[in-house]
Formats: sequence, C-alpha cells, structure tokens
Amino acid sequence: MTIQNNPLASQAYEKATGWKLFIKTVIARAYPRIIGQQREKSWVFFDIFLPMLAVSSYVFVYRAIGAPEEYVGFVVIGGAMTAFWMNIMWSMSSQLYWEKEQGNLALYIMAPNSMMAVLLGMAVGGMLATFLRAIAIILLGSLLFNIHYVIGNFIQLLSVFFVAMTALYGMGMMSASLFLLLGREADHLAQLATEPVYLVSGFYFPIKSFNFWIAAGASIIPLTLGLDAMRQLIFQSGATLGFLNVGLELEILCVLCVAFLFGAWALLGHMERLAIREGRLTESRR
Amino acid sequence: MQKHSSVFNSSESLRSFWMATWLGWQIESNWTDPFLFAIYSIVKPLASSGILVVMYSIITKGNFDTPIFPYIYFGNAFYIYVGAVMSGISWAVIDDREHYKTLKYMYIAPIRIPAYWLGRGVSRFATGTIAVIITIAFGVLFLHVPLNLATVNWPLFFVSLFIGIAMLAMMGLILASITLLVAHHFFLIGEAVASALYLFSGAIFPLDVLPVWLRPIGFAIPITYWLELMRRSLSGNVAQAFPTLAQFSNLQLLGILLGLTLVFGVASTFVFRFCDYRARERGLIDFVSNY
Repeated sequence: MTIQNNPLASQAYEKATGWKLFIKTVIARAYPRIIGQQREKSWVFFDIFLPMLAVSSYVFVYRAIGAPEEYVGFVVIGGAMTAFWMNIMWSMSSQLYWEKEQGNLALYIMAPNSMMAVLLGMAVGGMLATFLRAIAIILLGSLLFNIHYVIGNFIQLLSVFFVAMTALYGMGMMSASLFLLLGREADHLAQLATEPVYLVSGFYFPIKSFNFWIAAGASIIPLTLGLDAMRQLIFQSGATLGFLNVGLELEILCVLCVAFLFGAWALLGHMERLAIREGRLTESRR
Repeated sequence: MQKHSSVFNSSESLRSFWMATWLGWQIESNWTDPFLFAIYSIVKPLASSGILVVMYSIITKGNFDTPIFPYIYFGNAFYIYVGAVMSGISWAVIDDREHYKTLKYMYIAPIRIPAYWLGRGVSRFATGTIAVIITIAFGVLFLHVPLNLATVNWPLFFVSLFIGIAMLAMMGLILASITLLVAHHFFLIGEAVASALYLFSGAIFPLDVLPVWLRPIGFAIPITYWLELMRRSLSGNVAQAFPTLAQFSNLQLLGILLGLTLVFGVASTFVFRFCDYRARERGLIDFVSNY
C-alpha cells in the first residue's frame, strides 16, 4: 500500500506550514538536545563533575580566608549557573558556525522551515538539558558543603529564573547569528568569553562588590542580574548583598528578553542575507 | 606505517620537535591579527586571577598584606602552565585527528609522534609564559603582591621551573596517549584532569583546608611540590607560613619533584606505547567522531 492510498500514512506525511511547521521545527531541533545529550552518559557525568571541581576549589578558597558560610552557597549557585553560560557559548553561539563547518548549515537554509524556529529549538532543548545538570550541581554542592536555603517568595524566584533564562537564550540566539560570520576565531572568542564573564557577572561573589557602573555594565549579560536576584531570594543574607532590589532586576530582565529576542530575529535575517551574498554559508576555514 | 621501536630517536625526534613547535605556533597565533591575539592571551589569565582577587578582597576588606594572598596569587599564576603545557599537548591529538584530520598523515610521515606532540606544546608554553609574567606583574604593581627581584632565589626558581615544565610535558604526553583511545569525551579529559589537579594540588589554598581524607591525593601530585617551590623561590616567607609542606627543605622538595618527574617520564613512555598499539589495532588513528 502506498502512502497516497493509506489515510493514516498520508495524514502523518501531511505537509506542515505556518505555525504548525514552526512548532514542529522547534520540537525537532530541541529533540536531540534533550534526548541525545542524555544518551551520552559520560557527557552527563563530565557536565556535572567539571563544574563541581571548580565549585569545590572556590569553596575551599573561601574557607581558607575565613569567609562567612553564605558565600559558600553563593559559589554553589554560581557554579550551577556556569552550566547555562557554557551551553550558551558552545551550544548556541558557536552552533551555526559548527553547522557550517560540518556542511549542515546550507541544508538548514534550503529546508522550508524558519531559521528562527531552528534557533528556538536549540534554545529550548539546551535550556531543558542544562537545567537538569544545574539542578544536579546544586543538589550535590548543597549536600557536600551543607548549604541552607531560605526561600521567601517562590513565585518570584521562578519568575526571575524563567525571565533570566529567556533573556539569556535570546542573547545566545542573537550571538549565533554573529558567529555565523566568523571563521577560525569562533572557537577562540567562545573561550575568551568564559573567565572574563565569570568575573564581571559575579558568578562566585556578589556583584554588589563592584563599582555601580561596572555592575550596571555587566548587567547586559542576563545571568548577572538573574544570579543576583536568585541569591537575594534564596539566602538569608542575600538581600543585604544584592545589587538592586529584586523587582527592579526582574523588570530589567524583561526588557533584556524583548531586546535580545528582537535582536536575534533582526540579526539572523541580516546575517543570513550577508552570508548568502558573500558566499560564506558553505565555506570552511580551518 | 612506521613502527615506533624507539620512542626517542635523537635527530628525528629533534626535527619532529622543532617542526611541531613552528606548526603549533602558526596554529595558535595566526587565526587573528596580533592585537586580538595579544588581548586573548592576556585577558583570560587576568580574569581568572581577578575572580580570586575579588573574592579575597570582599572577605578581607582589601587587606592584601596577609601571607595567604600571595600564596593564592602565585599558585594561580603558575597554574597557567598546567593548562597550557599539559592540556596543550593532549589537545594536539584532538586538533590533528578531529579538526584538521591530519593525524594519519603525521603517522605516515618520517617523524616521532611523542616528540611531535611535545613540540606542539611549546607554543602553548610560550603564550603561557607571557600570561604568567603579565599576571605576576599585575599583582606586584597593583595588588601589593610581595616580590622583590633582588631577594628572589633565582637558581631555585629556574631549576624548579625547568623540572616543573618537564613534569607537565610528561603528564601531557600521558594524556595525549590516552586521548588517542577515546572519542566521544575527548575534549573533556584534559579539562577534567586540569580541574582536578587545581583542586587537589593546593594551587589556590593550602592543602590543610581540604578534608583529611582528600589530602593524600594532593601529596601524591608532583604539581603540589612544584608550586610550593615556585612560591618559595619568589617569596620564601609566604610559602613557609603554612604548615602543609613546611617540614620539607627546598632540596627535599626538589628531590621529590625530580623523582616524580622521572616516574611520570618512564610512565609516559609505556603509556604511549600501549595506547599507540591499541589505537592502531582498533583503527583509531584516523577516527573522526564529528562531535
């Protein structure tokens, strides 16, 4: 029986268009991120094990200099958030560049789906997969270092996390377009955006320690304010060490969400046209 | 395919080493213009030190005159060599096999593979040296890290540095050999080992801070002794303020470091031979995982 004669099969192969195609593309691109990454057990182990080593080192530094115990909690939460930043750098920003290197990018562009849907699928899948790793790091860190949390407003905490993640992955979608135009420098730039970002965003200490304008400048990275707000909401002394009040930080994060998602849409169109015009979609400069 | 009956054969090894040094430098530096390359080489290590400096200054309210600060600062600065040399050598395998897909050509060329890998690490050593110098200079100029060039124990410094780099190169060779046998998590091995050594070697805190049951790991790692020697040579009173290795004299520490370096040197020869044989047998020399 051919597909045309089989009503069930033809229904399954029915051409999706418009929003249906958009959503199917998002799910299709998110699938390998969520399911595929869990299949490689060694990656799951290393994704949790490596941040835990860094977290432990910084915890012992704080203990060596006699820091109050809440700083240990700050390190654990910051260490868990590094998983998201690494995911943004290596699995969002660099992704289109890698697809280009492997020859898949041209296929993405040729297919009748929206590239925004592809990026969104990468973001959703990456966010969910990384969330599991971040939770594992927090659980492990909390058990190893005996961290106590005092959650005052759970709804606000969830809102901060969700909005910060949306803004962060919007930023990742935007930078994916920028990386499209890079050659060999892509890997190096992704590496360059590791320690300096950990420093200015206050991954291992409260961002309030910086001068106001440095902290304000660093707030362009959504994790800076997201992390600061989350620490204020889950630690007893968090509010006294916060940069701005949580409500204001949430509002700024909402603005960043809109700005980055719009920026991603605008840049993607521009960079795609530029890359097509300059013939860079299939180039591989090793 | 040539057989590696002898891992080190002087003239061929030297030629392989220098050729790989030049190649490594080209790969490391010609991806961008010199200005961006200089920024890249400086910003990363400074930011890494910056994290520790900010953490320290928050807790101590900016009191940089305690012995623990130079202990942390020097340890972190010299640890740059671990990432550069050890991970750099093992990264050459990944770069050649997965990225450039040239490892198979290296194998059929008249070169010695271990010497070639060591050569690839030299460019990382050079960029690492620049980063170490800049990091220490920054600490001395802006953070009151105690360093008086007139009182530095230069013979101890250079002897320790030389043995330490040789030890890191041998560890890198072992990692590179193991990397030959793995595919899906290749890039994580170097990173995992470097991070674990960072934690257990007392690079940024005295080993006494670790739980008692974890300390023996630190005492078994040569990097622990090497970093202690580097600190002692630059600022003797700083290192001796902590009880971890205070009972050892400089000469004893040098002896331990040299002994462990020799052990790693011998081990690297055997590990390379074993991994090289297994990799050929399993067809992994030109294996591309596309990860």
